[in-house]
Amino acid sequence: MRRGWGNRAAAGTLAVLMGLGLTGREAFGQEGDAEAVDPPPDIVVEREGEGEHAGEDDHGTPHYPLEKPERIAWSFDGIFGTYDAAQLQRGFQVYQSSCATCHGLGRVAFRTLAEPTGPYLSEEAMRAIAAAYQVPDDDTGELRPGRPSDYFPAIAPGAAGFAAVPPDLSLMAKARGVSPGFPGWLIDGIIPYQEGGADYIYSLLVGYHAPPEGEEAPPGLFYNPYFVSGAYIAMPPPLFDGAIPYADEAIPETVAQYAEDVAAFLMWTAEPKLTDRKRIGFQAMIFIAVFATLVFFTKRRVWRGVEH
Amino acid sequence: MDLHALTPYTPRSRPARWLERRLPIVGLVHSSFIAYPTPRNLNYWWTFGGILTFMLAVQIVTGVVLAMHYVPDATLAFDSVESIMRDVNYGWLIRYIHSNGASMFFIAVYIHMFRGLYYGSYKEPREVLWILGVILFLLMVATAFLGYVLPWGQMSFWAATVITNLFSAIPVIGEPITTWLWGGFSVDSPTLNRFFSLHYLLPFMIAGVVVLHIWALHVPGNNNPLGIQVKSRQDVLPFHPYYTSKDGFGLALFILLFAWFVFYQPNYLAHPDNYIPADPLQTPAHIVPEWYFLPFYAILRAIPDKLGGVIAFGGAIAVLFFVPWLDTSKVRSARFRPLYRQFFWILVATCIGLGYLGSQAPEGGYLLASRILTAYYFAHFLIIMPLLGFIEKPKPLPTSISQPVLTPGAAAAQAPPGAH
Repeated sequence: MRRGWGNRAAAGTLAVLMGLGLTGREAFGQEGDAEAVDPPPDIVVEREGEGEHAGEDDHGTPHYPLEKPERIAWSFDGIFGTYDAAQLQRGFQVYQSSCATCHGLGRVAFRTLAEPTGPYLSEEAMRAIAAAYQVPDDDTGELRPGRPSDYFPAIAPGAAGFAAVPPDLSLMAKARGVSPGFPGWLIDGIIPYQEGGADYIYSLLVGYHAPPEGEEAPPGLFYNPYFVSGAYIAMPPPLFDGAIPYADEAIPETVAQYAEDVAAFLMWTAEPKLTDRKRIGFQAMIFIAVFATLVFFTKRRVWRGVEH
Repeated sequence: MDLHALTPYTPRSRPARWLERRLPIVGLVHSSFIAYPTPRNLNYWWTFGGILTFMLAVQIVTGVVLAMHYVPDATLAFDSVESIMRDVNYGWLIRYIHSNGASMFFIAVYIHMFRGLYYGSYKEPREVLWILGVILFLLMVATAFLGYVLPWGQMSFWAATVITNLFSAIPVIGEPITTWLWGGFSVDSPTLNRFFSLHYLLPFMIAGVVVLHIWALHVPGNNNPLGIQVKSRQDVLPFHPYYTSKDGFGLALFILLFAWFVFYQPNYLAHPDNYIPADPLQTPAHIVPEWYFLPFYAILRAIPDKLGGVIAFGGAIAVLFFVPWLDTSKVRSARFRPLYRQFFWILVATCIGLGYLGSQAPEGGYLLASRILTAYYFAHFLIIMPLLGFIEKPKPLPTSISQPVLTPGAAAAQAPPGAH
C-alpha cells in the first residue's frame, strides 16, 4: 500500500537527477557561445568581437555557430551502427587530397588503416601508404619511409601557409558539439545521438556561403555560419565538385559526398573502437537485462509471504 | 520470517572455529551483512547505499588499471589517455567505465542524500552517521575534481585553474597558498603530478570512511520510511536474503543505466572541449564544471564578491553538517510532515534550478535567478527547517513498523502515509 507513493516518488526523483545531468550537457553544448567567459575569479578574458553584435539576443551577445549542424544519417549511428569500410576509404582519400597539406592526423597509426572495423585496407595497400610518408626515425631522428607502426607525421609550422599550424584532425569529431537546446538534448540522450562532431564537420565543409547582404568578409577570412567560434573562418573552402576522382563510378563526386565521407573518416579516427563498443554494448545490455530479471524473480520468491 | 538467520554465527567446522577464536571476522560479516536485523519496510530508495559501495569498488578497480597506463606529465598526459583509448586492450572500455562511473556515483549519492533528507535519516540517534556521510560527499567532490583534471584537456586545465584560484581569495595567505598548491606559478606538470597522487589516495580514504559510515549505521540500525524506531522482532527481517535480493535487483537496474551511458552515450555527460589538449594560452569560450558540480558553481558565481563566493560555495556543503540540529521536528519521516514534505520538493527544484543556472553565463536574468535560488537554498536549511519544527502539526504516527504492515486497516485509520 505504500508502493503507490514509492513509485511516483521514484519516477520523480529519477527525472530530477536526469534533469541535473542533462542540464550539465546543455551547458556543454554551448562552447560556441562567444559570450563573456564565466568570470572565474582572477581570469578575465577579452574575446574578439565581444560586444560588436550587442542586441542580437536576450543577452546582448551573438550565439555561434549561427546555424546548427545538419543531421546526417550515418552508418555508425544508433545502437547497431558500424563503420562502412568503403566510405572510410573514400574519406581517407578526401583527407589525403584536400586536408592533409594543412591538418595532421598525429594520433592515427598507419597499421590501423587495415583494421577490419576501420577502413579495412589490404595489408599491402596500408604498407604502401605508410611508405609514401617520410617519418622521423625514433632513434636517429632522420627521415625515412614510414612503417605500419608509425603515426601520420606532424605538419611542419608554416607548411599550411599560416603562422600557426591548423588543428590536428585525429580527435576533431569528438572535440566539437553543438547543443540543440531544450528539449533536444534530452531526446538526444535517449535516441542515442552522438554524431554531433561528424555532423558539425559535414556542415562546416558544405557551409561556405557569400556573407549576408551588407557584410563583407574580412581579408583572408570566409563566411561560414556553421563555424563554432564566429561567423568567419580562416580555412578556405577545401572541397569542389569533381575535384577528387572516386574509383567507384556509382558514388557522386560532389562537395556534399566528399564532406560526408571525410566526416565519417574523421569519426573513425576519433573513435576507432566504436564498432566494438556498440557490439559488446548490445551483448552487455542483454546480459544485464536477463540478470536483472532473474534477480527480480529471486527477490520476489524470497519475499513471498512476507508482508512489507 | 526466518528467525534462524537472526541468530549469531556459530562456526561449524574445525578450521572455522580455529579462526573465530583468533579473529572473529566471519562472525563480524555474519552479524553485519547476514543476520543484521533490517526494518521490514525499506523501499527501493534504500538500495542506493549498496549501489554507492559498488560504484566505489568499480572506480577503484578501473582506476588502478588506468593508472598502470597513465602518465601524469603535462606533455604526456593527454597522449597517454589517447593511447589507453586506442592501444590498450579494452582500454576504451575501462576508461569509459571510469569517466561515466564518476557521473553514476554522483547520481547515486544525490539520490541517497535526498532520501536521507526526506525521511529524516539524520536525526537522533543517527547524527554521526549523517556527518560521516557529508564527509564522504566532500571526499567524493575532491576526488572527482582531481580526476577530471588528469586527462589534461582544455576543460581539465581550465577547471584546475579556476578552482585552485579560489584559494587566492583567502586574505593575506591566499596567494602563497595558491602557489604552494600549484607547485609553481601556474597550473602545470607539478600540479598535475600531485593531483594524480591525491586522486589515487582519496578513494582509499573514502573506503575507510565508508567502513565508519556502515559501522555508525549498524549501531542505531536503519531508519525506515515511517521514521519510527524498531520495537520488536516483528519489525525486522534479516539482511540476507531479504535485502541482499532487494539491493541486488536495484543494483542490476542501476548497472543497466550505467551500461547505457558507457556503451551508447560515453561522451554525453562530458564536454567536447576536453578532447582538445590543454592550452594555457587559449581560454575556452565557456568554462563549465562537470554536471554534478553545477549547482555549487551557480552559488559560487551568484555572490558578486570573490571571497564571498568562495564562502557561499563552501557554506553550501558545510551547512549540511548542521542539518541534524537545524531540523527541530521530532518526527523523522516527511510522510507525517505535511509542510516539510512540500518544502523538501521545493528544495529539490531549487537544486535543479541552480544546476541549470550553473550551466549558463552569469548575467542578466540568469544571475538574478542564481541569487534568488542561492538565498533560498540557505534559507531552507537556516530558517525554514528550524521554524517548521514549531509551526508544523505532524500527522499521527503508527505505533510500530509492523502494525501498519500486518494490519493495513488499522494503519489507514491512524495514518494514511501514502495519501497526498
